[in-house]
Amino acid sequence: MKKAFKDRALALSVWLAAGFTLSAMFFLIGHILIKGIPYLTPSLFALSYTSENVSLFPALITTLMTVAISLAVAAPLGIFTAIYMVEYASRGNRFVRLVRVTAETLSGIPSIVYGLFGMLFFVTWTGWGFSLLAGGFTLAIMILPLIMRTTEESLKAVPDAYREASFGLGAGRLRTVFRIVLPAATPGIVAGMILGIGRIIGETAALIYTSGTVAKIPENLLASGRTLAVHMYALSSEGLHTGQAYATAVILLLVVIGVNTLSAFAAKRLAKV
Amino acid sequence: MFFSRRSRKNIRKPGAGGRRRGCGLKPSRTEAMRKIQAIVMQYVFMLSALTSVLAVTLICLFLFANGIPAINEIGWRDFLLGREWSPSDAPPAFGIFPMIVGSVYITAGAIAVGVPVGILTAVFLARVCPKPLYALISPMVGLMAGIPSVVYGFFGVVILVPMVRELFGGNGSSILAASLLLGIMILPTIISISESAIRAVPAELYDGAVALGASHERAVFAVILPAAKSGILAAIVLGIGRAVGETMAVIMVAGNQVRIPGGILQGARTLTANIVIEMGYAAELHREALIATGVVLFAFILLINLLFFSLEKKVL
Repeated sequence: MKKAFKDRALALSVWLAAGFTLSAMFFLIGHILIKGIPYLTPSLFALSYTSENVSLFPALITTLMTVAISLAVAAPLGIFTAIYMVEYASRGNRFVRLVRVTAETLSGIPSIVYGLFGMLFFVTWTGWGFSLLAGGFTLAIMILPLIMRTTEESLKAVPDAYREASFGLGAGRLRTVFRIVLPAATPGIVAGMILGIGRIIGETAALIYTSGTVAKIPENLLASGRTLAVHMYALSSEGLHTGQAYATAVILLLVVIGVNTLSAFAAKRLAKV
Repeated sequence: MFFSRRSRKNIRKPGAGGRRRGCGLKPSRTEAMRKIQAIVMQYVFMLSALTSVLAVTLICLFLFANGIPAINEIGWRDFLLGREWSPSDAPPAFGIFPMIVGSVYITAGAIAVGVPVGILTAVFLARVCPKPLYALISPMVGLMAGIPSVVYGFFGVVILVPMVRELFGGNGSSILAASLLLGIMILPTIISISESAIRAVPAELYDGAVALGASHERAVFAVILPAAKSGILAAIVLGIGRAVGETMAVIMVAGNQVRIPGGILQGARTLTANIVIEMGYAAELHREALIATGVVLFAFILLINLLFFSLEKKVL
């Protein structure tokens, strides 16, 4: 009797916990969508920012530019590292272990520490000042371990038979990697890059003191600019434009949902191969 | 698919090379080029692999070189245990003890909220959930991990802070609000790692427990969870790391007063918040003291990572 009661209490707590998680999630998304969508007015997408229209259009452009810079730096480095780790280095090699430990360390560092480092290194030491370039490079280091890990996993998922067949036909290692392994692993690599884009779009703390908070469309790579997430932080901490902050949150949420769906879609294509 | 498409090309070219070698001629120029290319690319791959090592080295170097001298100047005791943080006073004081306490309280609160809910939800996903429901919930957890921290913070400002104010009094921006919000934010981390730890437990353990007469719940809670212990601990440690390092969401809901908090309805400032709030106008020793705050945070995180690695190794 007592035992049955305990069982039921445990089962109930499991359902309650899952219910709490889901309802917190739905409540957050639902609340922001319902409150924010009415504020998605054309003036919010005006070409230039003024303190009256608080347009998010410049922030949108800045976000795209930051994503482009970070990916241009992190994608080749991350993919090449993964190729080295999976296709070239012998397993258990000391250098490989060092790379793995440092990559895992990088993935545990909080974004504000990246922000501090970016400020000390890219803004001050290299002399770029508060700029897109400084922000983009800082974020590139931040997403590097993510791209490395996802690429490594998708390279490992390519069956060895592919490689053996390629070697058997007389192709060298480099040719095998670029002609056989990489094409087969592309969906997984793309899925990882899309997740990286999601992290860049959501990042705030690492950007405030690297990219700065100027609300205009940056004229060149050495100009300061704020991404959508930074824009939203500025709006909500000023506290004057709550409606517009809701609307910006809607855009951010939609982008994140889109990014997750795309990434899952790309990963599914990998599973089929 | 592409394999069959490319294979014909691959057969012809190396075959041609082989014939030439058979005739005793020198390797053709393209073959020499290809060899050089292969060697060059191998070094390119290796150099790329150096990036993460270089990045960690540079991060340590720049943080420590800028932060440690400031701590020396302030004095290690006064910096770490000093209760006074007044950077603009005539003799300025730089004690970060209130911020350390603030970080510890808010992280502990987040763990108190996030760990039980997260582990129970992981049990639900791995052992209870019907398949069609799983296909719905699992992507939701992934989405939850992807929501930007400013959006969480904003949600905290418009929902949690007023809620705490209505229910418990005070002005709402408090350790309680920050703990609730962070507890929700670390859920996806804890759920996904615990779930894979629970799934990694061999099915025989569950079957054996049920065969011995245990109920489903008893088998899960008395046999499977203990077997998945180190994976779940790793999840908790990673959750702690995320909670300690979270910045923007905490700033928006925690109140950020510099004092040792007297209760969970009072505001507190975390190490992360201290950096972001004051870095904008800090100069000289004040600025270096903020970087030193980052050094302390970084040291915390390295410790937590070390703990995580040792736990993770046990699992694998």
